Amino acid sequence: MKYLRQMTIILFFSFIGEFLNEFLPLPVPAGIYGLLIMLLSLMSGVLKVADIKETAMLLIEIMPVMFVPAAVGIMDVTEELSGILLPLVVIIPVTTVAGIGITGLITQTIIRKSCNKRKLK
Amino acid sequence: MIDEFFRDAFFAGAVISLLAYELGLLLKKRFHLAIFNPILIAVICIIACLRLSGTDYDSYNASAKYISYLLTPATVCLALPLYEQLKLLKDNLAAVVCGIAAGAVSGMTGVLILSGLFKLEHTEYVTLLPKSVTTAIGMGISEELGGIVTISVAMIIITGILGNILADLIFSACKIKEPVAKGIALGTCSHAIGTAKAMELGEAEGAMSSLAIAVAGLFTVVLAPIFSGFM
Repeated sequence: MKYLRQMTIILFFSFIGEFLNEFLPLPVPAGIYGLLIMLLSLMSGVLKVADIKETAMLLIEIMPVMFVPAAVGIMDVTEELSGILLPLVVIIPVTTVAGIGITGLITQTIIRKSCNKRKLK
Repeated sequence: MIDEFFRDAFFAGAVISLLAYELGLLLKKRFHLAIFNPILIAVICIIACLRLSGTDYDSYNASAKYISYLLTPATVCLALPLYEQLKLLKDNLAAVVCGIAAGAVSGMTGVLILSGLFKLEHTEYVTLLPKSVTTAIGMGISEELGGIVTISVAMIIITGILGNILADLIFSACKIKEPVAKGIALGTCSHAIGTAKAMELGEAEGAMSSLAIAVAGLFTVVLAPIFSGFM
């Protein structure tokens, strides 16, 4: 009954996330609340890795396919998009590529600087 | 008739989604090209099928939505890789926080500058502002600022798929080699769909990307209303 118990635990944390999302006035989605609470539970030892491992890995592995139905929803907004199609075709790729490059470079630069400092000490 | 069948069949939308995704996986394995991204291939195939058969999105989604049902539990489970890489996070805390903040600010600055250049209206501008954050947070921000939520969702998904497809290219062009930096860049700029790519790259990348989704989302919640006032 390992998988059933793991699924129960994971859905329970999702439910806590849903509960917090409903009653706290912050724009934080249920999944993020659940993630933070599960992380705290793992850190405090209330929850053991073995309690969720296999089912959690399965869910993470199949996660990309879960975006497909929402992405297909794009077919319903094509008319609204047609007026600003050209700006979008430029803005979305440019900001995404630049964002990934800038974020990665800044993170990498700080990591390497602090590594050098540690070595000097 | 097909439309009715879709609406009544319990598994039609779910099965067509999974089959289309499998086809995407097969093409990717066969051709090793980033453009054969399984999500992208699946979406294109499904839209083509629905259009050709005259089926509504709602009829398709009546059963496909059960696939999305697992999205919240799957997001919760991202806590596991993050927990297993906690030491890595502690060792690189300053870099991680600065990187995510820089990513969130530069993304929105980019949208601001280009929206100005294209003379977009305020509504269109705020619709694009939350494009890099995870769907649930982005929808909230778009609604709050008076954007068009359905378009925001579409842009968020396209941003995610672009990040997923182009990541390797950008990393090699910018000589980004640190696994932590790769993960933070993917999670900050293309949320959960980028994180799927980070998971493929490695455990450290996946864990940092999961963390970045949450932190970048929160930064954007705070900063987007300020950016909204700039145009």
